[in-house]
Amino acid sequence: MATISHPGDEAALGEAPLRPSRWQLLGRFCAQNPLGAGGGLVVLVMMVMAIFAEEMTRFDPTANNFGDMLTAPNLEYWLGTDQFGRDLYTRIVFGARTALLVGFVSAFAGATIGLILGVASAYFGGLFDLIFQRVMDVVMAFPLVILALAVVSIFGTGAQNVIVAITIPFIPRCARVVRSSALAVRETPFIDAARACGFSHTRIVLRHMVPNVMAPYIVMMTAAVGQAILIEASLSFLGLGVQEPTPAWGLMLRGGAQEYAESAPWVAIYPGIAISLAVFGFNLFGDALRDWLDPKLKV
Amino acid sequence: MYFYIFKRLTLMIPTLLGAAALVFFLMRLIPGDICTLRLATGGGSINPGVVKACRLELGMDQPILLQFWLFIKGLITFDFGRSMWTGRPIVDEVALRFQLSLQVAIMATITAILIAIPLGTISAVKQNTWVDYLVRAFSIAGVAMPSFWLGILIILAILITSKALFGSPWMPPIKYVPLWVDPVYNLSMLIWPALATGYRYSAVATRMTRSAMLEVLREDYVRTARAKGVFRSLIVRRHALRNALLPVVTIIGIEFAFLMGGLVVTEQVFNLNGLGKLFVESVSNQDYTMTQALVMLVVTIFAFTNLIVDVIYAWLDPRIRYSR
Amino acid sequence: MKSRCGRLAQFAGAALLALAVAAGGAGAETPKKGGILKFVVPDEPPSFDGHRETTFALIHPIAPFYSVLIRVDPQNPASTTDFVCDLCTEMPKAGDDGKTYTFKIRKGVKFHDGSDLTAKDVNASFQHIIFPPDGVQSPRKEHFQMVESTSAPDDETFIIKLKYPSGAFVPALASPYHFIYSKAVLDKDPHWYEQNVMGSGPFVFEAREAGAAVRGKRNPNYYHAGLPYLDGFEAIFAKTQSLRVQAIRGDQAAMEFRGLPPKSRDDLVAALGKDITVQESDWNCLLIVTPNSRKKPFDDKRVRKALTLALDRWSGSRDLSKIAVVKSVGGIVFPSHPLAASKEELAQLAGYSSDIKAAREEAKRLLKEAGVTDLKFTLANRAVDQPYTIVGTWLIDQWKQVGIGVEQKMEPTAPFYATLENGAFDVALEFNCQSVVNPLGDTSKFLPNAGDQYGGFKDPELTKLYDAMNRTGDVAEQRRLMRAYEKRVIDEEVHNFITFWWYRIIPHRSYVKGWKISPSHYLNQDLSMVWLDK
Repeated sequence: MATISHPGDEAALGEAPLRPSRWQLLGRFCAQNPLGAGGGLVVLVMMVMAIFAEEMTRFDPTANNFGDMLTAPNLEYWLGTDQFGRDLYTRIVFGARTALLVGFVSAFAGATIGLILGVASAYFGGLFDLIFQRVMDVVMAFPLVILALAVVSIFGTGAQNVIVAITIPFIPRCARVVRSSALAVRETPFIDAARACGFSHTRIVLRHMVPNVMAPYIVMMTAAVGQAILIEASLSFLGLGVQEPTPAWGLMLRGGAQEYAESAPWVAIYPGIAISLAVFGFNLFGDALRDWLDPKLKV
Repeated sequence: MYFYIFKRLTLMIPTLLGAAALVFFLMRLIPGDICTLRLATGGGSINPGVVKACRLELGMDQPILLQFWLFIKGLITFDFGRSMWTGRPIVDEVALRFQLSLQVAIMATITAILIAIPLGTISAVKQNTWVDYLVRAFSIAGVAMPSFWLGILIILAILITSKALFGSPWMPPIKYVPLWVDPVYNLSMLIWPALATGYRYSAVATRMTRSAMLEVLREDYVRTARAKGVFRSLIVRRHALRNALLPVVTIIGIEFAFLMGGLVVTEQVFNLNGLGKLFVESVSNQDYTMTQALVMLVVTIFAFTNLIVDVIYAWLDPRIRYSR
Repeated sequence: MKSRCGRLAQFAGAALLALAVAAGGAGAETPKKGGILKFVVPDEPPSFDGHRETTFALIHPIAPFYSVLIRVDPQNPASTTDFVCDLCTEMPKAGDDGKTYTFKIRKGVKFHDGSDLTAKDVNASFQHIIFPPDGVQSPRKEHFQMVESTSAPDDETFIIKLKYPSGAFVPALASPYHFIYSKAVLDKDPHWYEQNVMGSGPFVFEAREAGAAVRGKRNPNYYHAGLPYLDGFEAIFAKTQSLRVQAIRGDQAAMEFRGLPPKSRDDLVAALGKDITVQESDWNCLLIVTPNSRKKPFDDKRVRKALTLALDRWSGSRDLSKIAVVKSVGGIVFPSHPLAASKEELAQLAGYSSDIKAAREEAKRLLKEAGVTDLKFTLANRAVDQPYTIVGTWLIDQWKQVGIGVEQKMEPTAPFYATLENGAFDVALEFNCQSVVNPLGDTSKFLPNAGDQYGGFKDPELTKLYDAMNRTGDVAEQRRLMRAYEKRVIDEEVHNFITFWWYRIIPHRSYVKGWKISPSHYLNQDLSMVWLDK
């Protein structure tokens, strides 16, 4: 009889466990993927900024202070001030909160809904799969900005609606990737065996298919966070995202980049760097994660 | 093979119909109407009788399903009607913008290919060395930077550099002139957005090239060739690249489809009179007929590009063909 | 009397500000003929019909193709009382107790297609504007409520009869939108001019590139001898403001005719030195805050008054004028017009005192008295930076100082107007831009039944004041009634209140000569007197 061995079996048989500790795994990950580790560090810093924004800053991010407008970076205002006299460093730190909120929620929602739909489509196949694929095609072909513009025109601007507008295009892309992995899982014998045993659809999908497509799901989700941050910045730049005076990186570029690029370049440069670094970090981290989990993954 | 194409073409019809329905009903969900908007923009007073006459003229008082049927009928007969905002035939309004968007898309794609393929190949061949890391960082930077930020920086750099070099600032042209009329003027205008966009799209293509090359380089026949003593560069060029290019073609094709109508922010930054700008305007103006026509155009381009790419893929790789 | 003369002098000086970065004084230079003027326009008009559109984006590229009956004096466009003839021979005096105006039309004027322009064409055009046929849209029709009839008894005479004498009539007649169309064309198809251009102005229509540009070339048969100086012009559409500034900087365009923010002016001056000339003026546009009187708690005038008392307009003007196109603090009348309130009169209105602390204490007291604690609402605003978003952001900070929490909701123009029309807002920040400075007509916006009044209130007393003001010919009486009207609008009832008047800054390439700034971006745009010094 063929046996499938798992790490940890030896422990069950009474011998010393061979499974490496969490820290050892982390160390190994960092050593093998220095770029990914760097990306992970950026992600960590951003999360700290988002959670501890109040502790990390000294000024109010939305209070106007025209006496100090457009001051260059100095000891008091570390990154300078914008045209309303608001400290740029404070607004960038608080902006991390908006970016991460929008990024995480849209990525998670989009990837998860995509996961469910993709797996269901692969599992049930047939007509359901065919229709589902067409619907996904339609949503994917629809230009993203137009969708966002329509959502904003109907529901208004603001963080919640931006999240909805960004989540929608992610769903078909994640669903497609998950579906191709799920199709491969579908073909394995143990799925048919499970059906033969009489397990319900739900149990098979949740217990057998979903765990085996976790790799593409996680990778798509991390990639989506970076993209979501960028899309949110673009939407804010177009005026369709969060509104003044909420601190948000794309919004800061909208006001600053257009008029003060020359006389007060810090207003235009630092938010752009913040966005780039954040997306950079998430992408690197996501790439390394993919390489580590499953290098053959086609995403 | 032909059956495959035929099957794909028939499957496109529900996609197109779905897109048509989606845009039709989505636009009508947006509150407000084009007639009020036209009169309100100057800040003057609005006469309700006039708004009513305008709505009548545009056919907006007809029952919804009738309007939908007329729309579908127009699509089938290739009669796209007139823009509700300007009253001019949609084909006329779109023609100039389509030309510009097409040229930028082609130039951006060429830029992307010129950057991606050499860089991706080098990165794969020299995997995990500092060259690899540098290339990967460079390409991810392209994806990470907001395109509008890059565009603004580019224009600023041009102005400042030209002032330093020539004494007075030079600005790229802001009005489109077709390539065959004045090539120098045309290229001096469109090279910048093509570069900014091409850099971004090269990032995806570079990564794809790299991972495809990595896979191919692990194949047995490559190992055999190395064992035979064939030069590395020859292996790369003759065996690896050709096989690795398959997925790259897919990516490039799909990205090209996105470039038509998707470059909204870039067009705003460089003042390009393209499809993206027209799109945003027609949605903001609630110009139903124009938005519908544009969405159908973009979706059709997307669907056909996908089809062509898949056909090329299937043709080049017999394994795919037979498995369908 | 004395204060009015003083203010007249003041406005003459203030309004004609041509700033001193020009290459030597303008003075008496001989205009050179030739050259193509390239300029940028922030938006594209939906059609070519001047009678139908209200956007400035129509005037900038299309006005050069048409003639009008009377207009603001191109040599003195900042004047609010100086109107001259374009197609008529001389400005008539009102006959019949101020109720009849008889215009003599020039002889020998030809349309661009060769046909003659007569008083009958003038009459047909004004019929199209004042008494539009079914299905024809004429948004300025209401400015002519005092008109009883128009007629052209022969080819050279055009007569307008009024129902009652009105000081608002002549300025309304001088609107730059009243293009003179050909009667023959209008008779055949009243909608023809929406898609086509055929006028009698200084320039002939050459081409339109969809979404890109409009071009015109010189009219060789123009009836004002020696004009135009230019060979032609090109109006390029450019929606991004930073790009327009850079275009001027890189000489891809010579200027923009709407108005640029102060920082752009500073950048251009720093970059181009004497190659750029800046002209500045008060602007006949204002930003108005409109609380929705249909919704609680804004139906209580104490709450509305608290909102206006909280604003420190004087320091706001000082600060915002550095980053936005706003400047002057004023009432409902254009700041340098004779009918405007003096500084002393202003200080007595709610929100205009220089003691902001006392005003804010009063605001808090009023809120408490009205039983409103912890007021929170959403400000509906247009999604345009200059100056809407900037002033909106400032407003939010000001209201925070009296404990009111406000969020902005920015909407693209179409949904914004839908929101206003449906009354689905708490407080809105909207604007009122007019062309010819005509306070008697412009202030109609504050009437409860005005088509562009969104406050949702009733006030018959206000309508009575306005009507009385418009029917008297005596300027002193007009002024007295205007003060009462203004006080009722922004101080007693606070149906709407003013934030700031806009400020127009036009930096242009120094080689462009012959164009003088006016308080409105709709005026003086036929380009006939512009010439290029290169």
